[in-house]
Order: sequence, then structure tokens, then C-alpha cells
Amino acid sequence: MAGEEHIIDLKHVSKRFGDKVVLDDINLYVRKGEFVTLLGPSGCGKTTTLRLISGFLAPDEGEILLDGKDISRIPPYKRPFNTVFQRYALFPHLDVYENIAFGLKLQKVPEDEIEKRVKRVLKLVSMSDYEDRDVESLSGGQQQRVAIARALVNQPKILLLDEPLAALDLKMRKDMQIELKEMHKKLGITFIYVTHDQEEALTLSDTIVVMNEGKIQQIGTPTDIYNEPVNCFVADFIGESNILKGRMLRDRRVAFIKHEFDCVDEGFGEDVPVDVVVRPEDIYFTTDPAKCQFKATVNSCTFKGVHYEMWVDTDTGYELMIQDYDPYEVGTEVMLYIDPDDIQVMRKERTRNVFEGRMVDETHVEMLGGSFECLPQDGLSAGDPVSVEVRFEAVDLLDHQEDGVIAGEVHFLLYKGDHYHLTILTDFGDHIWVDTNDIWDKGDLVGINFAQKDLKISKRNEA
Amino acid sequence: MKRSHWSIPYVVFMAIFVVLPLLLVMLYAFQDESGRFTLANITRFFSDSDALGTFAVSLEVAIENTLICILLGYPAAWILANKELNRSAVTIILFIMPMWINALMRTLATAEIFNMIGIPLGKGTLLFGMVYDYLPFMIYPIYNVLAKMDRSYLEAAQDLGATPWKVFWKITVPLSMPGVTSGILMVFMPTVSTFAISEFLTNNKIKLFGTIIQENINSSMWNYGAALAFIMLIIIGITTMFSGERKEAEEALI
Repeated sequence: MAGEEHIIDLKHVSKRFGDKVVLDDINLYVRKGEFVTLLGPSGCGKTTTLRLISGFLAPDEGEILLDGKDISRIPPYKRPFNTVFQRYALFPHLDVYENIAFGLKLQKVPEDEIEKRVKRVLKLVSMSDYEDRDVESLSGGQQQRVAIARALVNQPKILLLDEPLAALDLKMRKDMQIELKEMHKKLGITFIYVTHDQEEALTLSDTIVVMNEGKIQQIGTPTDIYNEPVNCFVADFIGESNILKGRMLRDRRVAFIKHEFDCVDEGFGEDVPVDVVVRPEDIYFTTDPAKCQFKATVNSCTFKGVHYEMWVDTDTGYELMIQDYDPYEVGTEVMLYIDPDDIQVMRKERTRNVFEGRMVDETHVEMLGGSFECLPQDGLSAGDPVSVEVRFEAVDLLDHQEDGVIAGEVHFLLYKGDHYHLTILTDFGDHIWVDTNDIWDKGDLVGINFAQKDLKISKRNEA
Repeated sequence: MKRSHWSIPYVVFMAIFVVLPLLLVMLYAFQDESGRFTLANITRFFSDSDALGTFAVSLEVAIENTLICILLGYPAAWILANKELNRSAVTIILFIMPMWINALMRTLATAEIFNMIGIPLGKGTLLFGMVYDYLPFMIYPIYNVLAKMDRSYLEAAQDLGATPWKVFWKITVPLSMPGVTSGILMVFMPTVSTFAISEFLTNNKIKLFGTIIQENINSSMWNYGAALAFIMLIIIGITTMFSGERKEAEEALI
């Protein structure tokens, strides 16, 4: 299994494409023999990270170390890594044997040695007897196997895999996952794997690196990531979850959905706002009134193959998702409880919006690329730098972009049991966080405005 | 009206302007002046040392022209298709623009320039004119294939340890062969039969196969002219078949 020795180190790596920052201060190491997965939605920077390691891109800042030596300026053909590409990229003018032998021929390996190694690797990917086949006559799954064989035959120090299973159908993907895992065990080569499929990441990896918007969100083992997500993004991205607003009352006591629960988390302080994650399979039904922590009514029940997925309305007006092997009829009143172990408490990343701006005159403040009306501000004059606080609930979202002072789009959304928490990306690239009961979809274009009374303005000292 | 009926005008057009002339060429080729069937026209060619010599020169010039076009056109197409080297469409237009002017005018102008600066007309000027006229026909199909080529092949090759030079020879060149093939078809075939370029740029000092066909027809020797044209058709037909991978070569033009 994975040793302690680092084979790859990324130190303070940043990458920009034009003005857009695609990787922002990435720090990451990979241990020898480890199966590491870079996981995240499209555009999160995972493929860029892989291309920096393979050498097709150079970092703007930071360094990439291989066995402690900086390789960030070494061209890809001199790096001892091989890649399995998403669309396979098998050479159409060469047959299966020639494709696999390509790398070995370049290294001037003797012909009989090449033949031995190609045969061995074809056997490894269960493709013996396909040597003379034209690559274009192979199925997607077979092409994938040849692509893996072509990379492995060179005995790379690291095998890089860029969403290698994305183009396969579900059944074949599952089979290939098992085979990849077995190959990794058998060969002892370090695998760095890129995917947007969280299930794939959980199945395959020793370590998962969750990325979003060019930043690493969390690094950990699959169980760590699943059971102890560090923020709402990770909790939402990995598996199904109920993400709820809560308050840490004191050590090992948390309140959410207007009930109090025992938990195992400590060190948050007293009466601190937090986010709480409860996995749907961790909410249990009971018939014992002594065990019951809260009551709810089932409002939908869907069979999902192995389990039933139910939505319940709690007696305090929150919606929760529950997964259980036994179905409960819609309309049934049920008693529920959650184990202290299964409540994951997360520090809130922020509790309100804070924008930096500047007074235009006594009743206008300029921020986020627009000029907003505010209540008359005593003691502030035009040109003064200010910081403006706006509560999440106080942001007005309008259907038409032109109706708002500024415009933006819904970038990310989370359901928090009784309201939605949205991240709005403005046209000027700022983020605004919003709590709302209205239903929006990702990508919706919105106008943004604030009521005068909701802008809490204070003078900011300019450094 | 059925969809297939829409093709009727084209079928009629092809029949009148392609099939019928070809049949007429064949008919004339196998007739003597009084209209009786004969093989004399064909056999006359193979015993006519003048015609055979011209034919050999034609082939030689066409092969040389094609080779020069490949040597000049391939790098040009590669540079045009390389987005890092060629960031604007202007260069592509500059390569295509000469084709907007009639080939005869260009050839005449070229001849005048040679006369003006005192370069004697001959084989060199002939080849210059041919390359000048036909180079775009070589560049375009190669450019087309290169521009459409999946960049992931190049990356895969580098990933497997190929230097940029090896990537070019082992991946780019083999994958662009359909473009080269169709470039050859488009340059070689017309140069075998051209006569105007040699007329203007060598003052008919060098006769090409096209020239003798034209001379025969001009002096009303229709049957022999038709026979020569027929022989040329057969030769071009054979080269087309030899160039193989027809389908891919045709795709390169799209």
C-alpha cells in the first residue's frame, strides 16, 4: 500500500488562462503507490491540475516536484508519466500492437523485448489476440483497454487518467472500475485519476482531492470525505445530504430544525452559527417514544432499487430526505431520531455578505460595479471607503437582469431544509450569497438590488 | 413530386456536358476521316516518336511540379493550420487570393515580368508558372486535414515520449496523407494536360501533351486529337486508381 514517501508535490501552484484564475494556490502531495482522485464539477480545475503534472501546461506560479526535484519546465515527453486520455486518442493509422509499441519503439527497446512486453500488457487488460486489429474497429470499452495498455507498457512512475471511463456506459464503467482497482493493486504504480463522478472516486481512491473553482476544498480518504465534509460544497457534491442551518449551543450540543441534538463535535464555542450535515441514511425511524427526537409527516416515497427515498416534513416546518429499506406511506406520521455520531457540524464560511465600496454622496454607495441607494449616512462624506454588510435574506433577486442595479447569474445552490442558499456570480465577478424561499435554477440570470435599510455601512480604513 | 426527381436537371446536364463529350471523344478516336472504325489513330501515337517524346516531357514536368508543390505546400499548410504560428485568417486569404485572378492573366503577367527582367523563357520559367498556378491546390487539402486533425493524437504521442520532431514524422505526416493524396490528384492531373502555361512561359519551346492535342484539333485533325485525348484520359484514370485511399482523399477536400 501507499508508503510515506512523496512522489509528487504541488507547491503553491497557480494557473491563469487570460484573466481567469483556473488554479489558485494549489498545495497537494501524492504518496508513492497511492491512488489519488481529483474530483470536482466541470471547470473546477481538476483537468488543468492533471495537465500541469503531465507537462502540457506550465504553472504561472509555484512548483511541481517529482521525487523532490522541480519538473515544472520539463516538456511532457521527458516526464516518466503516461496518460490515459478521455477520448482514448489511439493513433488511427496504427493497429493495436503498433499503438502499444509506440512508446517502446521511441525508447529503442529491442524488438523481441517489445513483443514480450506488449503481449504481457495485452493480457493484463484482457485483450490478447487483438494485436492485429485496426483500432477503429474496436468498441469503446476495448479502445479504453488498449489506451490503458499503451500507457502501462512504458512502466511509468505515475499513471495519469483523465476521466477515462466517462465515455462508457454504466455497466461497463462499473466493470472497468473494478479492473482498474485490481491493476493498481497488482502493479503498485501511483495512479492520479480525474473524474467528476463522486461514486467512482469513492470506489477507487485511497485519497480524494475535492476541488471547486480552482481551489482544493478537502483532501481525505473516501470515508473521511463522505462522513466529515468540511463545507457545504463537499457535503452537497459527495452523495446525498441534508444541509441545514444550525447553532452550536455548547460542546456536543447542537440545535437545528428547531430541535436540539447531542453530537460529538467540540471546540466551536458557545452559541455559534454553524452548518449541519445529516446523510439521508442516518435518519432513523422508531416506534419507541423514548427514542424519538422529532416527529414528521411523510410527503413522498420513491423506490430507488435498493432503498426507498422519502421526503418528510418535520413538525417544525423543515423538509428532510431520508433513505430507508422500509417504505412509509405518504401521509404517515413518523417518529425519527439521529445518532450523535451521524451529525456532522461545520463552521460557517460566512454569516453575511460583506462588500467593499465607496460613498458617492450622502445617500449613494458604490460597490460591486453599481451605485446603490442607501439611508443618509451621518459622518461619511463622498469618496470615503466603506464596508457594507448585507444579510443573506436581504438580497433582492429579480427575474429580469435589467431591473436590478447590477446583474448576475445563479452559480451554485443548496437546499437547506426550509430555504435555498444561493451563490450569485455578478457580471463583474463578485460573489453574493442569498437566502431565499423562491425557486431558482443554476444558470438563471438575475437582477440584483438591495433595499436602502438593509445596507449596513461602516467606515473602512484603507491600508 | 418525389425528392429523387430533383436530380433530373443535373442528370440531364451531366449527360449533355460530360457523358456525351466523352462518348464523342471515344467515337472520334476510333474513326478515320471518312468515319470508318479504325485503330490507326491509337497505333499512330505509339509509333510517333515526337508525340511519345512530348508525352514523356509532360509526365516529367507534371511530376516535378507536383513534387515542388508538396515541398513548398506542406510546410505552408502546416504553418497555416498551426494556431500558435498563424493567429489570423489573413494569411490564409493571402494564399487563396491569387486564385481570384484568372490563371491565364496571371500566366501572361508572369511571362511579361520574366521578359522585362530579362530571364530567358524555358523549363525554369515553365515550372515557376506551374507551381505558381497550382500551389494553392496542394496547400488547401493538406491545410484542411491538418486543421481538422485531433490535437489529442499529438499530445498522446508526446506523452509516450516523442519529441516534437518525432511527433511530426510519426503522427502528423501519416495522418495528413489523405490531404497530400488529394493535393497530388488536384495538381498532377491538370498539369499533364495543360498547354497554356507552356505556350506563354516558354513561347512553345517546350511542348506538352496538351499542346499537341490542341495543335491537332486546331489544324482540324479531330480523329488523331481525339485519340491523344483518349490516351491521356486513360493515363489519368490509372494514376487516380494508384493514388489509393480515394475516399479519404475526397474527404480532405470538404
